[in-house]
Amino acid sequence: MAAATATAALAPGQASRAREATYVEAPIRAFAIATAFWGVVGFLMGVLIATQLAFPLLNLDLEWTTFGRLRPVHTSAVIFAFGGNALLGTSLFVVQRTCRARLFGGEDAGWFLFWGYQFFIVMAALGYVLGITQGKEYAEPEWYVDLWLTVLWVIYLVVFGGTIVKREEPHIYVANWFYLAFIITIAMLHIGNNISIPASLGSAISYSAPAGVQGAMIQWWYGHNAVGFFLTAGFLAMMYYFIPKQAERPVYSYRLSIVHFWTLIFLYIWAGPHHLHYTALPDWAQVLGMVFSVMLWMPSWGGMINGLMTLSGAWDKLRTNASLRFSVTAVGFYGMSTFEGPVMSIRAVNGLSHYTDWTIGHVHSGAMGWVGFITFGALYYLFPVLWRKKGMWSEKLIAWHFWLATLGIVFYITAMWVSGIMQGLMWRAYDELGFLQYSFVETVEAMHPYYVIRALGGVLYLTGALLMAFNLWKTVTSSEALEPEPAAAPAIAVAAE
Amino acid sequence: MPTKIEKDSLTGRDTTGHEWDGLKELNTPLPKWWLWTFYACIAFSAVWVVIYPSIPGWRGTSGWIAREAVVAEVAEANARNAPMMARLREATPAQIAADPEMRAFATAGGRVAFANNCAGCHGAGGQGAVGGFPSLADDDWLWGGTLEAIQHTIRHGIRSNESDDQRQSQMPRFGADGLLTAAQINDVAEHVLSFTGRATDQAAAGRGAPLYAEQCASCHGDRGEGNREFGAPRLTDQVWLYGGSKRDIVAMIGNARAGVMPAWGQGRLDPAIVNMLTVYVHSLGGGE
Repeated sequence: MAAATATAALAPGQASRAREATYVEAPIRAFAIATAFWGVVGFLMGVLIATQLAFPLLNLDLEWTTFGRLRPVHTSAVIFAFGGNALLGTSLFVVQRTCRARLFGGEDAGWFLFWGYQFFIVMAALGYVLGITQGKEYAEPEWYVDLWLTVLWVIYLVVFGGTIVKREEPHIYVANWFYLAFIITIAMLHIGNNISIPASLGSAISYSAPAGVQGAMIQWWYGHNAVGFFLTAGFLAMMYYFIPKQAERPVYSYRLSIVHFWTLIFLYIWAGPHHLHYTALPDWAQVLGMVFSVMLWMPSWGGMINGLMTLSGAWDKLRTNASLRFSVTAVGFYGMSTFEGPVMSIRAVNGLSHYTDWTIGHVHSGAMGWVGFITFGALYYLFPVLWRKKGMWSEKLIAWHFWLATLGIVFYITAMWVSGIMQGLMWRAYDELGFLQYSFVETVEAMHPYYVIRALGGVLYLTGALLMAFNLWKTVTSSEALEPEPAAAPAIAVAAE
Repeated sequence: MPTKIEKDSLTGRDTTGHEWDGLKELNTPLPKWWLWTFYACIAFSAVWVVIYPSIPGWRGTSGWIAREAVVAEVAEANARNAPMMARLREATPAQIAADPEMRAFATAGGRVAFANNCAGCHGAGGQGAVGGFPSLADDDWLWGGTLEAIQHTIRHGIRSNESDDQRQSQMPRFGADGLLTAAQINDVAEHVLSFTGRATDQAAAGRGAPLYAEQCASCHGDRGEGNREFGAPRLTDQVWLYGGSKRDIVAMIGNARAGVMPAWGQGRLDPAIVNMLTVYVHSLGGGE
């Protein structure tokens, strides 16, 4: 404290620069690289299985390459490998800087989390390809992988929480609330939905402890909150750090951040049953799932408002800062899909949308638009900071990435809206005599062109990600370095003024 | 770090006075429209949980239960169609075809029943597929294309062992069971090809003729005209169940295959639907 006051006048930039040397960064650099790597893998798998849907021949008639085995490889690669590495990496980065504290457990803890998490990803994916799966969406890994992740996650909580405990800032920054909510809730969901008994001694497969509709309810309590706490809370934490950093503006409203944090946390956990409308689940649980989803609309939008309004006074930066453009567009997609979600949870709407491609489109506007874009924005910010460079190797490539990816998303989600609503309407169409108008196979045939458009959207998105990977690599290898002397360091001391 | 509230020059708002890694927060109040929309959503939910079941035992003021609603809807649809279904159940396919009202209903319903039960093998338009799935849209019938014959096939199936009256026949596996040598099979295949003028080895075709007469003619006819009693395909046209190339024919003679069709009238489909399917299939283009 005394040292801080002594240098108060010129301090923040200089002090943060000096302190930076003490932060754990090497494992975070590894997380950043892994994020880009698994992103490309996940998008590539997505393009492959989208093409398989349009052209079934590409299943290759081999069990390991069929759609059923590769689909979880795609979803897990994007959510847990791409998204997970982004969350772990940025959380360890953000928590140190906003707490002014070195990572609890130091470099070793960071490396353990990094390699432990990559091991989890590879073990899970290996299981999928070999057909070892629990058959629970987004919770496919079998018991032995689940146990490993549980151990890893507890250590993650200790490392993250420990850093907060030993912080030098009196208050905990909003990003850290969201990261903490993400870590704690995912632990609870992961354990809750994976209680199972191995089929026999030494068997890789297992029986789920809850069965029937109880099992379905727990699965979707898990599934929906994986969206809520992994893909929403965690990435909102990223937003709360990287958008104000990139915009160089204060967060719009502290009060809104408190209210939307607690309402989001409280309401999200009840919304799962909207995945089970018109099923064996009792009506009362379906109704509760729906109303909690409707009430969730504004708490979700609280994050969007805080993200977008933080730019007031800095909108001009969108013209010059392509990575900020990613972050802000991400918030736009977040707002769109968190409006679409409550609408789709309404029973009558769900009756049309459920089991159709509309759901797939909804998930992808969230995953590609929100999760993907906020992560791209964060990576473009992080790489120069972590490797002490003046900036990204090519701003122009970032702009190309942005437009390719945006166009890809637009292709993808509009194709899925049209195809999904068409599919839903065809399923329920009756002729005047009371007979169904279409058979299932006719709906599949009608969807073919949209499957092709969807795959094309994926190709554009993947191309953008490849440009990013190239740009990140060039930044590390050939971008101009920051001058090393700490005394006058103005380049990253943007917070000084 | 001491709390130091500042005024943001752009918005005129105060900050909260905290700072993390250079990040500050404004103390902007909640947007009014946001707050009121949130309240409206809560109010909507409060009303909704009163109208609909929302806790165990509470049926809601509307009394609406999803399961009861679907049961009622299905019952209503069944009741609406019941008189017509009863007529279709009692009538013969010929009577249905002759009555415009019944025929219209049977064709519309038959199309859906066909799409859901038959299209998997016979194709969405009944066009069939090479590999043992006969086309139902042409006039080349294995077991007969009259209304009665079609109804019998649908009702009792083919080689499925689900009905005593099923369509039944079995072509021997001449090669696999050692009834003919490979050379003899080649000769018979050339002879079969000669029916459609496609034999490339006239000598072999000649040698195949007596073998054909001895082994094949009893079912396929002296000149390959086929026989519907055994579902034996005609060999003199361009329609081939398992492919018409010499290789396909040699393979078929050596190691015969035969398709199976379920007996749809034996507990699978309502007799009225079997009749609807009969009329529909008859109308696909090849009905006799």
